[in-house]
Amino acid sequence: MIADHLPALQVVVPLLAAPLMLLVRRGGFAWLLATLVSWTALAIALALAFKVREAGTISYAIGNWPPPWGIEYRVDALNSFVLVLVSLVASVVAPYARASVAAELPREQHYLYFTMFSLCLAGLLGISITGDAFNLFVFLEISSLSTYVLIALGRNRRGLLAAYQYLVLGTIGATFYIIGVGLLYLMTGTLNLADLAQRLREVHEIRPVLAALAFITAGVGLKLALFPLHFWLPNAYAYAPSAITAFLAASATKVSVYVLLRFYFVIFGVPLVFGRLPMAEVLITLSVLAVVSASLVAVFQRDLKRMFAYSSVAQIGYITLGMGLANKAGLTGAVVHLFNHGITKGAIFLLLGGVALRVGSTSLARAAGLARTMPLTSFGIVLAGMSLIGIPGTAGFVSKWYLILGAIEHGYWGLALLLVVSSLIAVAYVWRFVEMAYFREPEPGAARLAEAPASMLVPAWIMVAACVYFGLDTSFPLEGARSAVTVLLGGAR
Amino acid sequence: MNLTGNYSYWVTIFIMIAGLYIVIARGNLVKKLIGLGIFQTSVYLLYIGAGKIIGGTAPILSPAFSTYSNPLPHVLILTAIVVGVATLALGLAIVVRIREAYDSIEEDEILEKDRIEDAGG
Repeated sequence: MIADHLPALQVVVPLLAAPLMLLVRRGGFAWLLATLVSWTALAIALALAFKVREAGTISYAIGNWPPPWGIEYRVDALNSFVLVLVSLVASVVAPYARASVAAELPREQHYLYFTMFSLCLAGLLGISITGDAFNLFVFLEISSLSTYVLIALGRNRRGLLAAYQYLVLGTIGATFYIIGVGLLYLMTGTLNLADLAQRLREVHEIRPVLAALAFITAGVGLKLALFPLHFWLPNAYAYAPSAITAFLAASATKVSVYVLLRFYFVIFGVPLVFGRLPMAEVLITLSVLAVVSASLVAVFQRDLKRMFAYSSVAQIGYITLGMGLANKAGLTGAVVHLFNHGITKGAIFLLLGGVALRVGSTSLARAAGLARTMPLTSFGIVLAGMSLIGIPGTAGFVSKWYLILGAIEHGYWGLALLLVVSSLIAVAYVWRFVEMAYFREPEPGAARLAEAPASMLVPAWIMVAACVYFGLDTSFPLEGARSAVTVLLGGAR
Repeated sequence: MNLTGNYSYWVTIFIMIAGLYIVIARGNLVKKLIGLGIFQTSVYLLYIGAGKIIGGTAPILSPAFSTYSNPLPHVLILTAIVVGVATLALGLAIVVRIREAYDSIEEDEILEKDRIEDAGG
């Protein structure tokens, strides 16, 4: 009985938990509930993923209004993969957040923090699961608004300006998206994504559809920090509370990538996006620029959080690169990297949260000799950094391998070479941390520093272990990505 | 090119660009939010203008009416208005906090203060 309602519960559970936390007004209770809720969400996401694997696509009519008139929640191999990623990250970040939040926020804000965290989780899960274009916009705004609040909670006053700038750009992005959806609605008279995909094939007046494609690309591109629309990201990540940086870096941009994948491959379709428009060339060019320039900028950062934020812009470039390649290997690389980069960046930002707690700052200079005072944290950052570079045996290698295969399949040898060279730039910025932490003397007085508390170290190391585990045993992410790619390339259903 | 027939679209595009221009060109944080509000308003018009049929009524089943306007865009825009209000409220709340922290709501003055802080520390 309850198993039939899993798609609705996936969103409703975190959505209902948020007002409950607001009413009870207790930090400890809110934290406990947030942890339980994210674990429940993970269990539901896994159950849905298994169900999809066995029985195929699940369609759930909200309030029993049959689609395409009512809102439909539609779970297939692609979005069940994203649901697992988002809820997995949330269920690691939530237990971690307690100690981190206690150190970074005043007591009376703790329950608000977890309220916003649950809302953000509900929004991200909603974006992934919904099969309705307008419903997607509403969830996009739910997750965005809670994200702005969370960023503004940061200790540094610059977090306020970062949140404001993200609010302005994020709203422009969401509005662009809704203009695009409006144009599609005018042309087809439907908002249901599956129905939209079908009816768009019959539209002969192609110009408004192309305009819709442009609006949606620009709008979602802003949300996923596609180069050159990434200017909000480094400040937002650098000044947000530690746990939130980890959560956002690992999930929010990934969900936006999913939206773009869904629109490009399932709704507009490959012939329109890559045949009528030179989107492949546009995406590949922008991605290469993102990978090279953002990696170079990362090398010269003086703050670790900012450094890895710029690295995120570069890594998103790899994902959009796979999208631009639009062949099986390239897309597999993109979807696997969605997952792998999520856990890798999650691990790094969680460990940096421990550094912020003990050292009081994430500036590179203050990390001198960190390997002596915080050996586990430093070693974790190095391992995850290796996954970022793409060293064999780590998760990052698998995705880059498929991207290179995809490039070679097109005969883009230069591009394949560039992928390898860009990894070397990643070596440069990860090395800057290694040099500081391992080969410098600690500052006088730093000897009293201790490791981060276990409640933070354990979740962070779970992510680090995942980076290594999924590099050795690639079956789970690869299998998920392969069936997701079948959804993308095999037409709408 | 049917200029008068596409009248509502021209107005929509004008409002859209005007709003976006204010967001980009103004340095005052509150004025930027006003621009953002105007920009969002253009979307309301895009949807509702398309849903309206001249002489059409609300969808009431009655032999007296035969032409109906599409009610769905109106419902969607009600939701979008709520989202717009929430965004504006949150934006203004953040501006209040910025004013408390920086004692200014001019973007260039705030950035200047950040620069001085960087140079000093």
